[in-house]
Amino acid sequence: MSDRTSEDTSVRGPQRSAELMQGARMSVETRPTNTTPLLITGLDLAGAGTGDLLVVDGRIAAVGADAADQAPQGSQRYHGEGLVALPGLVDLHTHLREPGREDAETIETGSQAAAAGGFTAVLAMANTTPVTDTAESAERILDLGQRAGYVDVHPVGAVSKGLAGEELAELGLMARSRARVRVFSDDGRCVHDARLMRRALEYIRSFDGVISQHSQDPDLAGATACCHEGELSGRLGLPGWPGVAEESIVARDVMLARHTGSRVHVAHVSTAGSVEVLRWAKAQGSAVTAEVTPHHLLLTTDLLTTYDPVYKVNPPLRPQEDVEALREALADGTIDIVATDHAPHVRQDKEHAFTDAAFGMLGLETALSVVSTVMVASGRMTWADVARTMSTDPARIARLTDQGQGLTVGAPANLTLIDPDRKVVVDAADSKSLSRNNPWHGRELTCGVHLTMLRGRVTAREGLVWGASS
Amino acid sequence: MKHLLSMADLAREEILEILDTAVSMHEVQHRDVKKLPTLRGRTIINFFFEDSTRTRSSFEIAGKWLSADTINLTGKGTSVSKGESLRDTVKTIDAMGVDMMIVRHMASGAPAQIAQWTRCSIVNAGDGMHEHPSQALLDAYTMRQRLGDLEGRHVALVGDLTHSRVFRSNVLCLTTLGARVTLVAPATLMPAGIADWAKADGIELSHDLDAVLPTVDAVMMLRVQRERMSGGFFPTAREYAVTYGLTKDRLRLLPDHAVICHPGPMNRGLEISGDAADAAQSLVLDQVSAGVAVRMSILYHLLSGEQSGEGSAA
Repeated sequence: MSDRTSEDTSVRGPQRSAELMQGARMSVETRPTNTTPLLITGLDLAGAGTGDLLVVDGRIAAVGADAADQAPQGSQRYHGEGLVALPGLVDLHTHLREPGREDAETIETGSQAAAAGGFTAVLAMANTTPVTDTAESAERILDLGQRAGYVDVHPVGAVSKGLAGEELAELGLMARSRARVRVFSDDGRCVHDARLMRRALEYIRSFDGVISQHSQDPDLAGATACCHEGELSGRLGLPGWPGVAEESIVARDVMLARHTGSRVHVAHVSTAGSVEVLRWAKAQGSAVTAEVTPHHLLLTTDLLTTYDPVYKVNPPLRPQEDVEALREALADGTIDIVATDHAPHVRQDKEHAFTDAAFGMLGLETALSVVSTVMVASGRMTWADVARTMSTDPARIARLTDQGQGLTVGAPANLTLIDPDRKVVVDAADSKSLSRNNPWHGRELTCGVHLTMLRGRVTAREGLVWGASS
Repeated sequence: MKHLLSMADLAREEILEILDTAVSMHEVQHRDVKKLPTLRGRTIINFFFEDSTRTRSSFEIAGKWLSADTINLTGKGTSVSKGESLRDTVKTIDAMGVDMMIVRHMASGAPAQIAQWTRCSIVNAGDGMHEHPSQALLDAYTMRQRLGDLEGRHVALVGDLTHSRVFRSNVLCLTTLGARVTLVAPATLMPAGIADWAKADGIELSHDLDAVLPTVDAVMMLRVQRERMSGGFFPTAREYAVTYGLTKDRLRLLPDHAVICHPGPMNRGLEISGDAADAAQSLVLDQVSAGVAVRMSILYHLLSGEQSGEGSAA
């Protein structure tokens, strides 16, 4: 056990290298390692032209036309021609299910799915069992994430103790812990009590925290609400989830953000009305940010016609008009970022009557392809916009110091190399996730993740993944 | 036709065929020996996840009079609470080799989901707030007995539309048969998006029962549960009865030939007065009687069609 490293290079290394070569769309001289300087040539640098990228000691040592000149002797070369380089993706909204539902996902398998999807950091939501509402539970998630080593796993802390919406969780202790928690959320539930929301916002200001709000007024959209309220919910007889249940909370929270001077982040925005409120709030200079999920950018309410619970998600899929407004808002910056809301569930929790089935769908492995298909292929966003909305800004909102710094010299070498023109047909069976609640199964999307690198170490390539112990 | 899941799946001809067959089935009801050999050797499971007296017994009698082996299963509480998925529950029954499951479930869409998971025929005997197709068929049958062809006839559906599966199946059935349909309810008891729906399907909406009644050929009063008051759907039972109930006074507004339907169970004094329920124009008991015949016809069309291998692709 003590000489794990030598075991790696002598046995696993070559074997993996052989796997790496298979199906590769470029030649690879050797498997990139953590220690040898690596020069990746001919990359599309996401808006900064074509050039090379030099990685030394886990950091970006040079970028651009002269990077090759600076490569030390003995550097490995990796042919990046035809690939786009993005800064490693950061997901502000992931459910990893550990502790409590390790049958649906573990921190390890969720991290693998994240790496395969091009992510180098994820924020793990607090609605586990037990809830992440103490410094100890937050540190435990951080440690498990580091042990897995596929991505940086940052715990999100609960706003209220046990997500009960009654008393504040130990926000300050979580912030001071090794996990340095900055994002707090009762996600899955709304911090509905205005007094509690106000106090939480005031309290977290001293450590520059942010509250990621699941905006759902439980009086307007209760626990059974599961279908966008409209003609289809009326016809299908499904409990309606009206847009106003989201919009009224977003409106209240932007006013609370203004009143307290604290940061509010609106999770999974799903309606055109919320976009209008956000647009107004941003024009006022409120410290409000917002995310949209890949599924709300593409999937629509009419998929519920067959009552297939794979499409049951909270907030629900909305009509095309809302989807269109969300796309526009993401493109113009009203919505700051894309976040997956990756929500794995075991089969038996989805194979109930629609109203009884669990909410949520997988998202980590398909997020980039969906955004590429919807936003980039259509010309509404550039790769630089993707870098901003899926790496730089999520890292900034979460106050991550080691992520989202872009392709800049001196930054940690967190990279995602993507093949922009590849056609991907999603196969649920291919997922690294333990769960299979994949609404994208069978869909053709554009753009595939070629390689993911975390601080200079390759964590994923063409669907193969390597963690800390690999 | 393999399943009966939604009235939206039936064309006008298919509805009429079921109703016509029901006429001959209805005759059986008046014999001393009420038994036809039609479905001998076929096994029908009445799988009721939600309580029901009249629908379950009606289907059970229909199955028995057609000589099918009928078995009643109740699934009290959701399968979620039992720790078994709905899929596992119904696949278990399906694996025993049954020919048909008649499913009542508290969740909208459950029968449609079950049809995806099993190989037997599925009849929707009422799913949540979604549909109750056999009720709509027996309502149409009963109205046709008195009114003849429903093409161009004006039917008002009055009451709690939001929570009513009877309304949803009836509106589809009646419009398919060419009837003019008006929905009457307070806005709080009309389903979400009803304006778009009405526009798309050519349905009329009203909040004025007095204005609608003189123009109808049939009025169907839908049950209003008293617990809706606590949900704030309307202020008091008194206000509801005065505004939307078929009171004794309102009976006079009905044309002489018009009929009164109610799928039951009735809340006398709330949506329907005793005078209206017991009036000569009331078809309430005819509906129950027709229920068995129409359900016999449904079972016959689904199972004998499947047997001969015709039209079973649905």
